[in-house]
Amino acid sequence: MRHIISVLLENEPGALSRVVGLFSQRNYNIESLTVAPTEDSTLSRLTVTTTGDDRVVEQITKQLNKLIDVVKVVDLSEGEHIERELMMIKLKANGQMRAEIKRTCDIFRGQIIDVTPNTYTVQLVGASDKLDAFIASLGNMASIMEVVRSGVSGIARGEKVLSL
Amino acid sequence: MVVRALRDEGVKHIYGYPGGALLHVYDALFQQDDVQHVLVRHEQAATHMADAYARATGKAGVALVTSGPGATNAVTGIATAFTDSIPMVVITGQVMSHLIGEDAFQETDMLGISRPVVKHNFSVRNPEEIPSIIKKAFYIAETGRPGPVVVDIPKDMTTPTDRYPYEYPKSVKLRSYNPISRGHSGQIRKAVDMMLQARRPVIYSGGGVIMGDASAELTELAKMLNFPVTNTLMGLGGYPGTDRQFVGMLGMHGSYEANMAMHHADLILAIGARFDDRVTNAVDKFCPTARIVHIDIDPASISKTVRADVPIVGPSKVVLEEMIEQIKDSKKQPDAAALETWWKQIEEWRSRHGGRYETADSELMKPQQVIEMLSKVTGGDAFVCSDVGQHQMFAAQYYKFNKPNRWINSGGLGTMGFGLPAAMGVKMNFPDADVACVTGEGSIQMNIQELSTCKQYDLPVKVLCLNNQSLGMVRQWQDMNYESRHSQSYMKSLPDFVKLVEAYGHVGMKVDKYADLEGAMREAFSLKDRLVFMDIAVDPFEHVYPMQVPRGAMRDMWLSKTERT
Repeated sequence: MRHIISVLLENEPGALSRVVGLFSQRNYNIESLTVAPTEDSTLSRLTVTTTGDDRVVEQITKQLNKLIDVVKVVDLSEGEHIERELMMIKLKANGQMRAEIKRTCDIFRGQIIDVTPNTYTVQLVGASDKLDAFIASLGNMASIMEVVRSGVSGIARGEKVLSL
Repeated sequence: MVVRALRDEGVKHIYGYPGGALLHVYDALFQQDDVQHVLVRHEQAATHMADAYARATGKAGVALVTSGPGATNAVTGIATAFTDSIPMVVITGQVMSHLIGEDAFQETDMLGISRPVVKHNFSVRNPEEIPSIIKKAFYIAETGRPGPVVVDIPKDMTTPTDRYPYEYPKSVKLRSYNPISRGHSGQIRKAVDMMLQARRPVIYSGGGVIMGDASAELTELAKMLNFPVTNTLMGLGGYPGTDRQFVGMLGMHGSYEANMAMHHADLILAIGARFDDRVTNAVDKFCPTARIVHIDIDPASISKTVRADVPIVGPSKVVLEEMIEQIKDSKKQPDAAALETWWKQIEEWRSRHGGRYETADSELMKPQQVIEMLSKVTGGDAFVCSDVGQHQMFAAQYYKFNKPNRWINSGGLGTMGFGLPAAMGVKMNFPDADVACVTGEGSIQMNIQELSTCKQYDLPVKVLCLNNQSLGMVRQWQDMNYESRHSQSYMKSLPDFVKLVEAYGHVGMKVDKYADLEGAMREAFSLKDRLVFMDIAVDPFEHVYPMQVPRGAMRDMWLSKTERT
């Protein structure tokens, strides 16, 4: 099963490599990883999506907690949460396909953020499966030149917070 | 600042080897007398000496090695300590900060290389941080689940002409690291209820009882309840080895009665042990009728391989104290009738095997006899530092450890070459104690150069080399699983060990008859101020038994070359 694990991490050199190293060392899987400093510049927030049965995910959170640089860990998938991912996708767009792509883009509430006579670059934000659905919906309509995805960021719903 | 911080931490000995990146530090060492430096002959030995000091005392040992090859040579020793949760601080030199990343002479990324085998590591980026980083290193190494900590110091951080304010912190606090100080009382109560109802209980204790200084509490608890106790390889000495309630070591080479008791138990009380693969055999067949109470300081050790019914996270000493109090206050008593039946069964198992071995079929000395003699000659009171292989298992099975911190071996990583430097580290700190290194002709040659260090620092350890002219444990597996194809397990050109140790300035003895063993061993231990190396010829065909059948349950064992459960 897929899990979204959020980590509050000391913003120190080498801290990220400890987290990434732990995953490879213990044979855990990383599907996506995002990391950036928080409003407190001494702390980074890291989100990792992984798959595994309950035992494996329990071990992942325990092992993460053991790292000295890790301040807090939460498995967001255990409760109500929101996840978002940003995608920028560059498409070959000419002739009558330009209008068609624009329409699909509107349906998904995407934005065209860069235009040339032959290309569109579309920005789309949403849960990962929405981004997957957009790519699928393009079908044969447009050929994809490049895809950049940020990886998942997540936050708990309601009043629950992950902070010091 | 480095040396001053070590002094202020109360460090008496450090073990190391100088090199370019550490010359400033070595110059500072030269100019003081508080911290004594021990010059080894290979950096791996420095880490093992520091590690053994920690195993014998519970306090972090310190090693000092230079950058590049000095640091990489130390990695095996760091990993050895990591796997067995041993507190250690390893200071590694590093090239000057402006050269880092430029493939400078003797540069390696020690933070990267050591990361998977340390509890934590630090890089010094500003000389003013040195005291606080060293304080944190000791704090992290010694608290919670102990482990090695590496401090990597670029050469320009120790330039003696640069002066900085120095203050050694009295304590440290880390917002991201808060070791747990006691167990959950509700969970302990649940466990006590289960213990008082148990009909076939077993206490299974490990290295956490030794490093957690909880052997007195464990002994009190076991006595109070009349429960049988088994120890892991790392836990030997945690419960007195000659006591009736001790059923021996468990696991792959555990005693018949310990493994049988585990398999048939209805309650297992695991204390400071981690259900590793050498203990459990096939996890899906492990102890089918038992409920499991698991006490450990590391939550990640609980339910990692075997699910615990009652997990208790906390230091073993404090949790056991609370358990004892709760039992004293409880109105219930252990089920004496059920325990009597259980003990009858255990005694029956004990009499069936009881650690016997064959002596009749060969004139050669048996390795087991050598260990039993060591136990007799030293009264079970020596520090026994072992290398890795058959001799290690024989020492674990046949030496009766009545005290904790006396059995010093590389249990988790299984590092050959550990024994001699470990014995040296112990002897350095316990000059009046009997310190034996039990080794084989394979293991000893992995760090034999340290005989020279022993000469320099006058470390009169007793080396018992159980010489079977082959890598015995490898050969045993080849006998059992590869139709006796002895691929690369022979040592065809062994040195004359007696001459070799004499060349280093020590005493050598060759023993090849059992009749001579006791006299020779007594003589060796009577030479208080000399290192004695006993080259003891033992049966090269001997196997370690019992041995669990691969992928079987706890009770599935070979009891001899021909007999299976």
